[in-house]
Parts: sequence; structure tokens; C-alpha cells
Amino acid sequence: MNNEELREKRREFLKSSALIAGGVLLNQFAFAGGHTSTDDTIKIALIGCGDRGTGAAFQALSTVQNVKLVAMADAFQDRIDNSYKVLFDKFKDKVDVPKERRFIGFDAYKQAIALADVVLLVTPPGFRPGHFEEAVKQGKHVFMEKPVAVDSPGIRRVLAAAEIAKQKKLNVVVGLQRRYQANYRETMKRIQDGAIGEIYSGQVYWNSGGVWVKKREAQQTEMEYQMRNWYYFNWLCGDHIVEQHVHNIDIANWVKGAYPVSVQGTGSRAWRTGKDYGEIYDNHAVELTYADGAVIYSQCRHFEGTENRVDETFQGTKGRTYLSAGNHGVLWDHKGKEIFSHPTKGNKNPYQTEHDELFAAIAKGEFKFSDAERGAKSCFTSIIGRYATYSGQTIKWDDALKADNSLFPAELNWNSNPRLMPDGNGLYPIPTPGKTKVI
Amino acid sequence: MSVKVLFTVPLLLSAFLSFAQEKSYTQQIEGTKLSFTMQAIPAGEFLMGSKKGKADELPVHRVKLDAFWMAAFELTWDLYEPFLYKDYETSHSTGPVPANVDAVTRPTKPYLDMTFGMGKENHPALAMTHYNAIQYCKWLYARTGVFYRLPTEAEWEYACRAGSTTEYTFGETAAGLSDYGWFKENSGGKTHPVGQKKPNPWGLFDLYGNVAEWTYDQYAADFYAAQQNGVAVNPVAAPSKLYAHVIRGGSYEDTPSDLRSAARLASDPVWKQLDPQIPKSNWWFPEAPFIGMRLVRPVKTPSKAEIIAYYDQPVIADY
Repeated sequence: MNNEELREKRREFLKSSALIAGGVLLNQFAFAGGHTSTDDTIKIALIGCGDRGTGAAFQALSTVQNVKLVAMADAFQDRIDNSYKVLFDKFKDKVDVPKERRFIGFDAYKQAIALADVVLLVTPPGFRPGHFEEAVKQGKHVFMEKPVAVDSPGIRRVLAAAEIAKQKKLNVVVGLQRRYQANYRETMKRIQDGAIGEIYSGQVYWNSGGVWVKKREAQQTEMEYQMRNWYYFNWLCGDHIVEQHVHNIDIANWVKGAYPVSVQGTGSRAWRTGKDYGEIYDNHAVELTYADGAVIYSQCRHFEGTENRVDETFQGTKGRTYLSAGNHGVLWDHKGKEIFSHPTKGNKNPYQTEHDELFAAIAKGEFKFSDAERGAKSCFTSIIGRYATYSGQTIKWDDALKADNSLFPAELNWNSNPRLMPDGNGLYPIPTPGKTKVI
Repeated sequence: MSVKVLFTVPLLLSAFLSFAQEKSYTQQIEGTKLSFTMQAIPAGEFLMGSKKGKADELPVHRVKLDAFWMAAFELTWDLYEPFLYKDYETSHSTGPVPANVDAVTRPTKPYLDMTFGMGKENHPALAMTHYNAIQYCKWLYARTGVFYRLPTEAEWEYACRAGSTTEYTFGETAAGLSDYGWFKENSGGKTHPVGQKKPNPWGLFDLYGNVAEWTYDQYAADFYAAQQNGVAVNPVAAPSKLYAHVIRGGSYEDTPSDLRSAARLASDPVWKQLDPQIPKSNWWFPEAPFIGMRLVRPVKTPSKAEIIAYYDQPVIADY
């Protein structure tokens, strides 16, 4: 295909997606603002302008395609201002986001999505189902960060939108970047080819020292406080077993080529007990049981001063493996003889690879990525892990998926109250296994 | 000699001050059970660089240095974590943490596990940025009142050579290197507790291998060219850019030639590629589990203003 043909094919691809999605009216909106349909620029909207959102925009704008950031949306003015400045300083004319295309507030995402061919969904995860639905409705290609939801209703919405995205041939990449990291791809290929036989057990870990905390400020409403400190509230974050540990749990599902049928576990708060830490636990240990009887053990904690590890090990009928984000990927037979070892140096940045591959597909007019379903199911594995540790019960996949247990606030504005409110001492109710019901 | 043995014979800070400056000493961190050993390194002159290494080790030139102390061991997680985790510092202190310590800026908690599963107790702290390493020294200053800093590149090589002029302190070839350091061939691909190998003649352990060590200097391949007339006195390539800084000593991942006394290596922006956020962390290198640090204290204490200026240089944002 020569360049002109390629451009034409891509134009048709972008246009047909938009047409299927929103009809003529939306399509006109999408191509308004000085961009004609003969322009081969891929227009990007950034939804969620925090440090990771800015990072995702960096990676999208660093691809070799003809891309332009045309709209930004965030709940907070200061997040947009900071992000815009950094992006404009770095990318100059690839950032075409005048003030009228910087949208602020809870509904800002809709307007920003309308202006783009590809949207980057990078807000706190509680918003993802609604944002993903809207992007699919409007016929846009999507890069969305993990987690893609925090509760059962959210997962059902993402799974439904994922189906529509497939029908519309919209490329969807989910930021479980290990799926785009060479050591995982290369090692997994060999595991799937049977190099260590059938996987019957494994251990996956995210044991680290925890993340940032934002202090409550005097003038904040409860809604603003929880939004700023989103990591510690489940309607926004899903707990760290969902927000971070989903990476390793996704690897367990990848190795098994399946999702667990039931999960049981235990967890609590040991280090993070004060009022600065919302409602989440700081440790979870769960067992994922698969239909074939395989059990994979998962452990995540945010403890200070303890030994840490973030990696995965699995045992198969013919050997075992070690994998980590530090580019490890090793296979041994049961005698300890090394079968395969991926070089840890000289690997590409997987965060960049996600975007390189997504934008290359879009530029060629290819429908190549539909990560949303498996992303949602791995997130759901983490979510039912939380259900298990909070309740102390064995949680069955099928039961949990039906649960009507939305964590999302009934009303969303700066003065409305989230479902979870602090007591007179500023402390939030903490789940108690044996008492707390989750589904 | 094990680290634990050294920790059981601590000298009080007040006691060592009455000694001659040349004495080695143990620094207590008051209000904690932590201490570390500083070896006296005498003032002197040496030939810096090597004709047998890479081009950036040339020309070999005369360097004269003031006396200083250098930590006998690479900085361990045990000593580093109270700085990293404020809650941990509080819960592991026998008294209240002084207010001036509270005021020191701490690292953002690393998103990943920065031990990379290689172990923590007595293992070298690692993957910190150059900025992070200097802020650790600032925390230590607030904790001890003593000016600790990174070695200059010249100080590092001088201390490493310990009077030797050969490629390694023990000879011209790498035969015997396993007695002194952890490197690619004997490390099993990971760090080891500090102090398990032989020290160099000046009582410094693990200069070769285990983790590579930060120096203060900006890396310039041709820096030595400007130093060749006469004798360079306390030379330093004062850093003003985020990349690259000189690292020394090689690591558990490196081959013997990168562990030579004169071998120069440089920090690399690619060490941050696994940081998905913008701006990138000022504190961590998620793809550099092989870089650590070692403390130095000059015998001539600079003025308070100079000390503050050393610690409080502006942060250079990393995009």
C-alpha cells in the first residue's frame, strides 16, 4: 500500500467508526474546529490529567504517527493547567489545546471525547466504566489505564461496552503493560507452547512500601477530599489489590489462559491505621482457584520496613518460571536446569510499546486490539479478591458478577456526599471479615 | 568480618570528637539503634586514570586530595529506610524525631518494590537517584549534625586504589576478584549483604561490585584533559545537568573490566523508562537496581552556608 492509499484507508476507518457511533451530528462535531476530513492527523483527547495521564499523553505523542492532542478534561483546573504546560513545553505544535478545549468538571469528559479520534482514559478507575461507555458510544479508539472498574456493576458495564467496541471495530488497549513487555511476551509464548507443562500452581506478589497520601485541607468538601486522595477510597480506587496488584493477578490469568471460579483470602490494616488512609486495607492474601483445580496464591501489601517483592512464579508439570517487571523471564525444568532466560537489559519501554502498537494499527486502518474484556476480567479477579478479604467468605465468580453493589455516589458534584463518610474523629468505617457483606 | 560485629562496638559521637581526625569512627544515629563505620582516608596524592582502560580514563594525571572519611560499607537499606519512610523512622526511634528532621523532604514512596526481590537486611540500598542520594545526606545531617556527602570521583578512585597503581588493588588482572567483590560471574544476578568479601587496604568493603556507587561529579568523557597541567587539587566536575553523573565500582551485573579502580561509568535516562508518570520521579530509577551509594565526610567541615548550598540545589524536572 502506498502512502496515499494508506491515508485514505485510515481516513475511512476513523470516519466509519465515528459514523457508526454517533450519527451525522456527532461526526460533524468530531471533525469541526478547523480539521477537515482530508487531514490525516490522528486527534487525541486526554481524559484525566494527573501524572499518569500526562505520562500516557507523552507516550501517545511520542509515537511516530501524525498525532495531535486536541482536547483535555479533568475534574480539577490545576491538574489540567499543570499537565497542559508540561505537554506544550515538550511537544509544542503537537499540542493544540486552546482554553476552550480544556474541559473542567465531572462531565468534562463527554465534550473532550467528542473532539478526538482516540481517547486516553486515565482518571481514577471508578470513573472508567462511564468514560469507556461514552468513548465507545461516540465511536472512538481507546487507550485506558487499569483498573477498568472497581465493583461488579462497573465490570458489567465495561464488558457490555467491550462487546460494542468489537462490533464497531474500535481498537482498545488496556494499560496492563506487562502484556506489551518483551520478557512477558517471550516467556509466555514458551509456556503456552508447553515448555514447563500444565501450570498447576503459582505465587504472584505486589509487596511494596505503599504510595502517596494527600492531607485533608481546610476548605475541602468531603467530595473534593476523597477525589484528591482517591487511592484510599474504594469507589475511586478499588483498594490496592485492584489498583496495583491487578498487574500480577492478570499474569496469573494469562498463564492459566482462564479466570478463577472462586477466590478466598484474608487481609487487614497493619501499618496504615490512621485517618489519613481512608477505608482500604494494607494487606491482602488470596487464593485464586481455577476450574481445572489449579490454585494460584496472591499476596499484596503496603508495609514499611519489610521485605518487598513485585513479581510472579508459577509451577508446571514439567518445570517452573520466574517473571518480573524488571524484565526477568526465566524457565527451568524440575532439575533446576535453565530452559530459557530473557535478557534484562536493552528492553523497550512497555508503556511506550502500548501506544506505539495502538497508533500504528489505527494509522494502518487495522482493527487489532480488543483488550477490554480480558482487562475487565482480570480487574474483576482483583475485585473479588477484595470481596473475599473484606467478607472472609469464599467468593464465587458467577455470584459476584451478578452483584448489585455499586460504590459510585448517587449524585456527583462537589457538595454531594460520597457513600462513605468519616465519623466524628475523622475515621472511616473499616470492613471487618465475618461482619462485612460485600455481595 | 560481619557487619553485625562492627555494629556491636559503637563509639559515641562525643567520644570520637576528642580523637585525632585521622581515626576511624562509628557514627551513631541518636535515638535509634543504627550506626555506621567511617574509615579515615589520609590526605595525599595519586595518579588518577589508567592507560589500560577506556579512552575516558585518559590522560593519567596527578591529583592531590584533602583528608576525608569514607564509609566502610555501601549504605544499607537498614540505614536508608528511616529516611524513606517517616512512619518507620518514628516507630523505630527510641525518642521523638527532632523537628528539623521532620522538615527534610522525603522520597515519594517508590511505586515498585525497589529491592527487586534481592533482599533487604544488610543489603545495599539501591535504585535511588543522584538527587535522592544527596537528600539522604541532608537527612543524615539533620539527624547527626555531621556533614555527610557523596564522594567526588577523585576521592572515590583515590580511596579505592589505597596506594595501589595497578588495575585492581590486588593486581593487574582480575584473577582473585572474587575475593573482593560480587560481579556478574559470582553474584547470581543479585546484591549480597555488605562486608562479606575482603576489604581493600584502607578498610573499605565492596568497592568492587555489589552495587555501583554514586559520585557527586557530572560525567564528562574528556574531564581529565583539563586536569593534566601540574597537580589537580580536590578536582570535581560540579554537576549542573540531570544526566549523566559518574558512577564507580561496577555492580553485581557487571563484568570485571567495569570493576577496575579507574573504570568510569555514567548514569542513563533509560533507567527511568519504566516510570509511567510525567513528570518522572526525582527519586527513583526503576530500571537501575544496580546503583547504590557510599557516604563520605570531609575532615575540613565547610561553612553552614556551604553545607546548605550543597544539599539544597534546585531540583531538575525530568520529563
